[in-house]
Amino acid sequence: MEIEKAAALSTAEIHHHEGELINSLIERSRQPFSDDIDWLERELRRNILVTSVDKVLNWGRRSSVWPVSFGLACCAIEMISTAVSRFDIARFGMELFRASPRQADLMIVSGTVTWKMAPIVRRVYDQMPEPKWVLAMGVCAIRGGPFTDSYSVVPGVNRILPVDVYVPGCPPRPEALLYGLMKLQEKIDKESIVVRG
Amino acid sequence: MTTAISGIELANQIKASFAEAVLEGDERAVILRSEYLTQVASFLKTTPGLEFDYLSHVTAVDYLDYFEVIYHITSLAHNHSAVIKVKTPDRDNPEVPSVASVWCGANLQEREVYDLMGVTFLEHPNLKRVLLWEGFPGHPLRKDFLTLEGKSPWQTIEPLEEGHHVL
Repeated sequence: MEIEKAAALSTAEIHHHEGELINSLIERSRQPFSDDIDWLERELRRNILVTSVDKVLNWGRRSSVWPVSFGLACCAIEMISTAVSRFDIARFGMELFRASPRQADLMIVSGTVTWKMAPIVRRVYDQMPEPKWVLAMGVCAIRGGPFTDSYSVVPGVNRILPVDVYVPGCPPRPEALLYGLMKLQEKIDKESIVVRG
Repeated sequence: MTTAISGIELANQIKASFAEAVLEGDERAVILRSEYLTQVASFLKTTPGLEFDYLSHVTAVDYLDYFEVIYHITSLAHNHSAVIKVKTPDRDNPEVPSVASVWCGANLQEREVYDLMGVTFLEHPNLKRVLLWEGFPGHPLRKDFLTLEGKSPWQTIEPLEEGHHVL
C-alpha cells in the first residue's frame, strides 16, 4: 500500500526526495507556462451545433466556482476579507472555500510562493479535478514581487503551473480580486466543450 | 530589565579558569579561541554567579577573510546576559565546535547558521539544512553568493527581454 510505503521512508530519504523534487521544478521552470491570451476571440471558433449545450454548461460552471482554501501570505488576508459579508464573494457562487482540492475548481494563489512550497502548491493543483482554473493574486504570485531576485522565491507562479487570471496589487484590494473573478467568469463563458482552454 | 555583563569582566572570570581560552575581551563581547569553546560554554553554564542557562541567539557574520560565530547567552536566574564570539581559522574551512551538548537550543540554531552561512559545527548531532532544501547550491547569506556563476536558482531563469518590464 502507498501509505505504508511512505511511512517506511526515513527522514533522510524524505528530505532527499524533497530536494530532488524542488530541483526538478527549478529545472522545469526555465520557461514559464504560456498564458492563454486568445480567449477573447474564442467565440468565433465555436461549433454552432453545441452552443446551447455550452451555454448551459458554462452557466453552471461559472456560477459555482468553488475555490480551494489555500492562502500563502498577506494576500490571503485580503482573500478572506473578500469572502466575508462586506465584500461577499457569495454573490458569485464562490463562497464555498473547499477544504479539499478534490472538491475545488479554482485555486487562488494568494501570496509569495517559495521554492520550498512549490511542490506542495503543484500537488494541490494536480489534485484538483478538471475543469480547473488558477488565479494569481498579487505581484508575488505574478512575478515574484519584491523578492523576484531572491534565492528562495519562485519568480511567478506561472513557472510551476498555468495561470488563467492575474490580479496585480500588493496586496490587491478585495474589489480587485472580485474584478479578477468576474474576468474569470467571462473567460469560462467563452469556453466550449469542443475546444477547452 | 536584563543587565548586560561587560566582556572585560567576563573575560577575567574565564581567564581565572582557562588562561589560554580568551583571545580578546572588550566592553561588548568576549572573543574565545574556538578549541576552548565547549569547555568555556559549560563553565559559563554551571559556575555559580554566572549560570548562563539559556542560549537566546546564535548567528554568524561573514568578514570575507573569516567567519565569526556569535552567541547571545542569558541567565534566567540572575537576569543578566553576555555575548561570546568565536572566529573560524579561515574562510575555506569554517569549522567551529558545536555547543549543542551544552545548550540544547543550539541544535536548530546551528543548523540554520550552517544552512545559510556554511559554517560547519563539529560534533553537532544532526548537521543538515533546515530552511533550504537538500541539493541547494551554496550558502545564500555569504557575501560571495551572488558571484557564484550559474549556481543560484534565479540565474537559471531566462532574463526579460530588453525594455520589457513586468512590475
